[in-house]
This record gives sequence, structure tokens and C-alpha cells, in this order.
Amino acid sequence: MTRTIIPFGPQHPVLPEPIHLMLTLDDEVITEAVPAFGFVHRGLEKLVEIRDFHQMIYVVERICGICSMLHAMCYCQGIEEMMGIETPPRARFLRVIWSELHRMHSHLLWLGLFADSFGFESLFMQFWKIREKILDIDEATTGNRIIVSVNVIGGVRKDLTLEQTRGILSELKSVETELKRLETTILNDYTVQNRTVGKGVLTAKQAYELGLVGPTLRASGVMQDARMLKYAAFDDIAFTPVVETDGDCYARCKVRFREVFQSIDLIRQAIGKLPNGEIAVKVKGRPDGEVTSRVEQPRGEVFYYIRANGTKHLERLRVRTPTFANVPALLTMLPGAGLSDVPVIVLSIDPCISCTER
Amino acid sequence: MFEKILTRARMRSPWMLHFDCGSCNGCDIEVLACLTPVYDVERFGVVNTGNPMHADILLVTGTVNHRNRNVLRNLYDQMPGPKVVVAIGACGLTGGIFRQAWNVVGGVDRVIPVDVYVPGCPAKPEAIIDGVVMGLEKFMEKQHVDIS
Repeated sequence: MTRTIIPFGPQHPVLPEPIHLMLTLDDEVITEAVPAFGFVHRGLEKLVEIRDFHQMIYVVERICGICSMLHAMCYCQGIEEMMGIETPPRARFLRVIWSELHRMHSHLLWLGLFADSFGFESLFMQFWKIREKILDIDEATTGNRIIVSVNVIGGVRKDLTLEQTRGILSELKSVETELKRLETTILNDYTVQNRTVGKGVLTAKQAYELGLVGPTLRASGVMQDARMLKYAAFDDIAFTPVVETDGDCYARCKVRFREVFQSIDLIRQAIGKLPNGEIAVKVKGRPDGEVTSRVEQPRGEVFYYIRANGTKHLERLRVRTPTFANVPALLTMLPGAGLSDVPVIVLSIDPCISCTER
Repeated sequence: MFEKILTRARMRSPWMLHFDCGSCNGCDIEVLACLTPVYDVERFGVVNTGNPMHADILLVTGTVNHRNRNVLRNLYDQMPGPKVVVAIGACGLTGGIFRQAWNVVGGVDRVIPVDVYVPGCPAKPEAIIDGVVMGLEKFMEKQHVDIS
């Protein structure tokens, strides 16, 4: 049998982002997949030498547009820990609200793209229609649709008024009803099941040993979520990670779909318990020392290592993003799969290339 | 006669190709949001295509770096003329917040000629649609040049 090598990407209709995979095929079955990176690399960790530690918030927000709020939150929590700043309780709850809104819009985006990856165009449109409601909330409360830029060191920049919280709750109610209507399609439709059930299976042991994070890991039955570290206001909010056990693309889809509902619940809890008071404290002095900070992003756990030397510029900033941890899963899942399943499997880890390469 | 029909047909159904050229995803998902029901760019006949050889409009988001400049150049060369390039977002225009980063070449116009610049970080879908419609006017001008 002759071997065929097919390039997948860097520009591909299914992927909005440039990732390059060299797929070695034996007939229609993939025997080897070799990824190539670097199409989005900007080298922004090095920008710490030019921008001071306050300005770096705006740079880390632009590591990834989809989970920008969570990047900034992780960075700010790291610097706050280093400088010994106690953030006001209201700020911590507001951070939870905005971060869960971000998780919702990211998961809805993914559910749409996932439907698109197996050619279910109308479902893609439906999910993105619902997602616009979340973006409207973001725009009404922070002034921007995607890069909300609410985090500062010591708290948040914007406050929610009573009307705004009521508005969020009523919008979430309509989002919930519309999502319930799509539940039968995305989870029970036989075309969806034919394309996803049993595709790209990872056992719990494999997933754990590959060091996966986020929904990809939880879909294999490992209960691990950085929100269990109880950062921000998660110590006051009841939270249990969503776990599925099958480990295939369908299970990953189910985890993310259920996490949208979980995020709605978390926002409701956070708004219910929202304390009164300050939203930010004044920051004095400069950071010194080294610290690691972890936050659960929509795609998994993001890890920041920050080292400072008492000047206004940080010495080193290192980011490990969830997709970087999840790419080994891709290389385990792809060999043995058919060529037509490649887009489904690649999307099932929710790749975010601009996070990975920075 | 034939050319008139061709011009009209091209104007009413421009096909677009989107390339993420080192963007943070913010503008990319806004480009995709343009295709979805709330903004629905299809009412102008714009269809998203994955094939550069079918495309009339190239939407580029993000900064150019040393690795993807060849990919961008390649995509541009594969598109049949007349073609219009729309650069989207602060990064696509000048390099934006990343312009001092070591792997960044700069805006899209360092590599290929750009016809329309859409500012914003990220650019809003309304602005992107406006950019595409402005691109269509340019497209019309270019077409006349090509025909005559």
C-alpha cells in the first residue's frame, strides 16, 4: 500500500486558526500525525521587558481573545499574591461572574464550531445566535464584546448595578430555555451520534498520564478542575466539576454542554451572594519575588509563572496554556482514525492556537 | 455584455476567504460572528469559502510574523484577480499591542497590498461588515481597470 501524506492546515475551512498537521495515511486510515506550530507566535512573554507590570494586563488579555478575561484574572491573582494584596470580596465575586460569562461564550462558540466540523451548519448558527446574548451582556456591563478588560491589580474596574444584575439574570433565563431546546439535537440526534460516539477514545489512565487538562480530561472520567482550588470567590460558591466517563468526542461535547448550564448556575449563585463594598484597592509598591498562579479556563487549566525583582518591569513571565497540554492527546487519538474524522477529533480538544503559541 | 453580467454577478456575491495571521482570536470570532444570524453578512451575498481559488475578498486578522508571511503571500497569490484585501483589527493594521514583540513583522500591508483597513481591538462585526462593503466598492473600481 502506498503511503500518502496530506497537509491539514495552516489555512483550513474547519479551523479558524492556523495549525498545521502532517497526516500520513495508509489508504483512508491515519497512521501518523505530526503537528507544526509557530504560525501565531508573537513572542509576547518577552514584552515584559518593555511594558510595566500594569500594562502587561492588556498584553496578557490578548494572548487569547476567547478567554482573555481569565488570562488577565490569572495574571492579576499572581501579582496580588506576590504583593500581598487582599482583593475586596465584591471584586472576587464580580470576577467569578465575568469569568463564567466568558466560559459560557467560549463553550457556545465551541459547540457551534463542533457542529460545523461534521457539517451541521444550522446547529452552528443556532449556537452562535445564543452566544450573541452573552456578548450583549458583556458589552452592556463592560463596554466591549470580547476583550472585556475588567481586571486590574487589586480588583476590578467596573461595577454591576442592581438593574444590570437583574438584566443578566433575565438574559440567562432566556439563554437557558433556548439551550434546552437544542439539547435534543446536539445530544440525541443520530447524525451527531454517528459522527462522535466512539471517535477519538481516551481512557482515564491515558488521559491522566498524558497530562491533559480541562474538559478533555474530565470527559475521560478524571475529576480535575482548577476551580476546586477555590480561587476568587469559589470558596463561597457550591461547585462540583462536570465529569463524563466515555472519553470520546461525544463525551467531550456532553461535558462542555453541561458546563454551560453549570456556568449559568454559578453566575446565579454569585449574583445571589454578591456582597456590597469596594471593587478595588489601591496598589502601592512594586512586585518582588516569584509566584505561580492557576485558573480554570474554558479549555482547561492555565498556569502562570511570574518572577519580579522589585522594579516596575517583571523579570520573567511564563504561561502554560491548556491547549499546549492537550495537543499530545491529539497525537494519541489521530492514528487509527479515518481522514473524515480528523476535523471532529481536532476540534474535540478545543484547540486555541494563539494561546498555545503566544 | 458578458462583462457587465460578470461585474454584476461578482458584486452581488463576493466570496470571502478568512485567514488568521497571528491574531489573538478576538477578531477571528468576530469575523465568524458576521456570518451568523444576528449580523448575517450573507444578505450581501457574501459566502465564506475555505478555498483561496474561489475567493474575491481576503479578510486578514492579526499581525504578520516571520513564519506565516509566506502562507499569507501564498494565499494572496492563489486568489484570482480582481481581488480585495481587508485588514482587520489593530494588529492587522500596524501590529497593535504586539508591534514591539520580537517575532512580529508588523501590519498586513508589509507583505501584501491592503485595500481597506478596519480598526478596533477587536473590531466589531458592524465595522467588519462596513469594511467588506467598502471593499466591494474598491472591487468595482478594480474590475473596471481589469476590463478596460
